[in-house]
Amino acid sequence: MDKQLKRELEMQAIRVRMDVIRGTFNAKSGHPGGSLSIADIMTYLYFHKMNVDPKNPDWEGRDRFVLSKGHTAPALYAALALRGFFPEEEIERLRKPDSFLQGHPSLRMTPGVDMSTGSLGQGISAAVGMALGAKLKGADYEVYTVLGDGEIQEGQVWEAAMFAAAKKLDNLVAVVDNNNLQIDGTVEEVNSPYPIDKKFEAFGWNVINCDGHNFDEIDAAFTFADKKNGKPSVIIAKTVKGKGVSYMEYAVEWHGKAPKEEEYTEAMCELQDRLAELEAAAAQE
Amino acid sequence: MADIITKATRIGYAEGLLYLGETDEKVLVMDADLAGATQTAKFKQKHPDRFFDCGIAEQNMMGIAAGLSLSGYTVFASSFAMFAAGRAFEQIRNSIGYPHLNVKIGATHAGISVGEDGASHQCNEDIALMRSIPGMTIINPADAVEAKAATIAAAKHEGPVYLRFGRLAVPVLFDRSYQFEWGKGQVLTEGSDVAIFATGLMVNEALMAAEQLKNEGISARVVNLHTIKPLDEELVVTAARECGCVVTAEEHSVLGGLGSAVCETLSEQCPTPVVRVGVEDVYGRSGPAVELLHMYGLDAARIVEASKKVVTLKR
Repeated sequence: MDKQLKRELEMQAIRVRMDVIRGTFNAKSGHPGGSLSIADIMTYLYFHKMNVDPKNPDWEGRDRFVLSKGHTAPALYAALALRGFFPEEEIERLRKPDSFLQGHPSLRMTPGVDMSTGSLGQGISAAVGMALGAKLKGADYEVYTVLGDGEIQEGQVWEAAMFAAAKKLDNLVAVVDNNNLQIDGTVEEVNSPYPIDKKFEAFGWNVINCDGHNFDEIDAAFTFADKKNGKPSVIIAKTVKGKGVSYMEYAVEWHGKAPKEEEYTEAMCELQDRLAELEAAAAQE
Repeated sequence: MADIITKATRIGYAEGLLYLGETDEKVLVMDADLAGATQTAKFKQKHPDRFFDCGIAEQNMMGIAAGLSLSGYTVFASSFAMFAAGRAFEQIRNSIGYPHLNVKIGATHAGISVGEDGASHQCNEDIALMRSIPGMTIINPADAVEAKAATIAAAKHEGPVYLRFGRLAVPVLFDRSYQFEWGKGQVLTEGSDVAIFATGLMVNEALMAAEQLKNEGISARVVNLHTIKPLDEELVVTAARECGCVVTAEEHSVLGGLGSAVCETLSEQCPTPVVRVGVEDVYGRSGPAVELLHMYGLDAARIVEASKKVVTLKR
């Protein structure tokens, strides 16, 4: 990946993370851990990969995105706001009764949201339906969906995986956010989904493993997923829950808890410092 | 009496789908390995490229239907009522109802008249489940003619619709002149002593009950409420006010279905004595459908009994 582009994406991902923290802090609730683990993937999708038009969110030819792990909506909202789908100020009203930013994504309320999700296991089916719909119409847009590694314990995910392969939906790319943590502990402790790659392989998918925080690897994975060989693709992104905020990293308790005032300040300072470093590095080049 | 023609409402569903297949290219049909039973196989045969079998995976089918509807299609997702409304309830609620998508759920084999397959397949709870979903329309046709018309009308309606059909061949009540009026109940016989609100195969039983009641000097007004949600409240309240007492009749649990819907409306708008005829909060069992309908009190005799009782409750 082009060095300058990579630097820009890294900076944008920090801004996404700051909005995740800002949103959940103001809401006094929400899911920062898993939002931070997908921040780089969301940044890559909305600032590089996906063909979308913020001025015309329902544009027929756009690529589609379904956040199957709907509880990490703060990361989606941050990407949408920064991309210009709605003013960034709205992030501070996340989960408030008069806001269009619901705790989990709502198709009918938020510009740029392509499907209502939140109940795990359901988003991927809708994404598969969209991919099938595109094939039927002869439309050439791609459909992307992001799942959690705990989410794939839901049986419906595998119903959808079986169907997508049977219908040869090579316009569908799923990402499994493999941060290894779910509410009750590590995914192995709770009910191991491993080996995730072999499971998808056995279901007839192209499988790509990557570091979900490295834009070169993310870019290579999505580029590989672009190939049209009659199979849907899954990217298993190795990630760190809470990535970018030191005290949240690898910490299961930050799955569904908002930072308090001091924690908020600490997180924002860390992220601000990291952004300043990246900006300084960019200025030197 | 002339020979009675009988036909299952699921056949009317297939006829409606075939009509839509010819007239509306946006219509797609899905099934979950029950195409022969739900009758969607007829559509599949004519339009194989617009038919999708999800296999035995109803939850996924509802999600795929949602995704297809977001691609601009009108999708009919079919299975037995037990597996559509029951197993996939939450998918219908969250992936179809909440985003208010243009998906029509074609649920066949509803109620006790499934017969020999027994309680695991006899869904007497689906209307209750679907009624609880905001924005859901529920239509339970009385015969195959109405079933066909309702299917065609559902395709023209923007938003989710639950269409409830039966396995059993039931008398054809309506002729070709029948017009389906969206959301409107239908007075089938005029009467002034008791209003009988019936839906599905109980409409024919209600008509037979009204004949018997007439012989006993009770004038019954039979109203076909094919649409349970939204309920034709104006018609319900008017009939209740004019007759002074009400019987409801449905092939569904007395909890949460038509009887509940009528009681809820009347208790707020026109308190009136009501006796509900339906499945009495029990599971079904195996047996020939017609025998089971009598065994569980889903027949004209029970409606007559209920009518006589409710007349005594009038104030």
